[in-house]
Amino acid sequence: MKTEVDLVDVAGGNLGSVRRCLDRLGVPYNLVNPKNAPDGSRPIILPGVGNFGAVMENLQKDGFDQLVKRLVADGTPYLGICVGMQILFDWGDESNSAGLGLLPGKVVKFTRGKVPQIGWNKIQCPDSSQSKKSDWPGGYVYFVNSFVAQPEKSSDILYSADYYGDFCAAVKRDNICGFQFHPEKSGPFGQSLLMRWIETVSTNSEFRENLAFATKGGDNAD
Amino acid sequence: MLTKRIIPCLDVRDGRTVKGVNFTNLRDMGCPVELGLMYESQGADELMFLDITASVEGRAAMLEFVERVADNLSIPFTVGGGVSSRENVTDLLNAGADKVSMNTAAVKRPELINEVSTQFGSQCCVVAIDARKKENGNRSLENGGKIEWEVLIKGGRESVGLDALEWAEECVRRGAGEILLTSWNRDGMQTGFDIEMVKVFSERLPIPVIASGGAANPESFVEVFEKAGADAALAASIFHDKIYSIGDVKQAVKNAGISVRE
Repeated sequence: MKTEVDLVDVAGGNLGSVRRCLDRLGVPYNLVNPKNAPDGSRPIILPGVGNFGAVMENLQKDGFDQLVKRLVADGTPYLGICVGMQILFDWGDESNSAGLGLLPGKVVKFTRGKVPQIGWNKIQCPDSSQSKKSDWPGGYVYFVNSFVAQPEKSSDILYSADYYGDFCAAVKRDNICGFQFHPEKSGPFGQSLLMRWIETVSTNSEFRENLAFATKGGDNAD
Repeated sequence: MLTKRIIPCLDVRDGRTVKGVNFTNLRDMGCPVELGLMYESQGADELMFLDITASVEGRAAMLEFVERVADNLSIPFTVGGGVSSRENVTDLLNAGADKVSMNTAAVKRPELINEVSTQFGSQCCVVAIDARKKENGNRSLENGGKIEWEVLIKGGRESVGLDALEWAEECVRRGAGEILLTSWNRDGMQTGFDIEMVKVFSERLPIPVIASGGAANPESFVEVFEKAGADAALAASIFHDKIYSIGDVKQAVKNAGISVRE
């Protein structure tokens, strides 16, 4: 049986397309929000489209951002998509506001080319990336973004792509992952990346221990 | 490097494809979902569905249709045609459309662009402009090297005396994320895209321009990317009539040294 994931539905935007993609992949999901809070026993996916500040404001209602931050700091796998990736960082220029601060760096506007970047771009693991990352395959994925993350640590970059210069297309550090592109709209290759992340985190032994612990101790055990 | 997009456009009435469909390998030739999936498998980068429904019942069928497309397709798609209000846009996005294209309604009430881009983001806000070369265009070319185009609305039936380039720039200011630029002089002619016009708009506008109208063969696409700098190109007949596949077009574009998704 495939791992169930927690899909955060407070940030609006492309929840529908991610939800539909999980349906196509046969991945069960649980919609989480302040009223139905995640307990850290399942990987968290946070899709986000639109404005950095608006997504953060939505998350901050009822302290949901702090809950997500704590769960992720405690080891729950997290995948942020688009703005869901951007808010991992300390700061977003789009709204001049703070992000979750789980990864050091900021999110800045493209300074060259047409903005937004709309379309398919080729992602590749940068040469400098750690050996664990370099087995992620390269390929074409669909982007829609005006802003890009600038991680302080190049070792956090999982994928880079070229839009009038290199930019950070995905990040990965420990249990934290972020895709600037839309895997749910990137054909079979995009879906395979989403599936790969889900499979990776569901076989991760450390997370499985957390999961066992959380299920034993939590109210949601079933 | 960002690749150039090839976008097939399907006309839909009451939730069914109506225009120039000539495929033998599909059980239901009128089913736009199956057609969409076939284009996706051929390598289409996005799809455009143009709703030409006239009736209220047809509108409801369209929303159901959009949901089915969204459930099945794993590439982005835009829905346009007859979008008249913010409610229409909201319904279509909720049904699963990635982008909505507005035309006449935006000309009549430009605030619609602000409303949609503020509420849902510029990324889903496409403004379609049907542009026709002004009759005095050549005269002004002699005077100052400037050619002008005018905006047509209601499917090309009416001119409202609006300069197309000025209108496009206003759309950008109001929050449009992309401009779908159709040449009324070339549409349906199959004589190639309007290179002159697309070049002017692509160079002037800070957002992506999708060229439309006139695609005749794979070379038309090469030309509109190479000479006019279009970010994407849309076509209907040459794909539906099975004259060329998406693959044929992509191969030609790639052979010309232009970046496309493989």
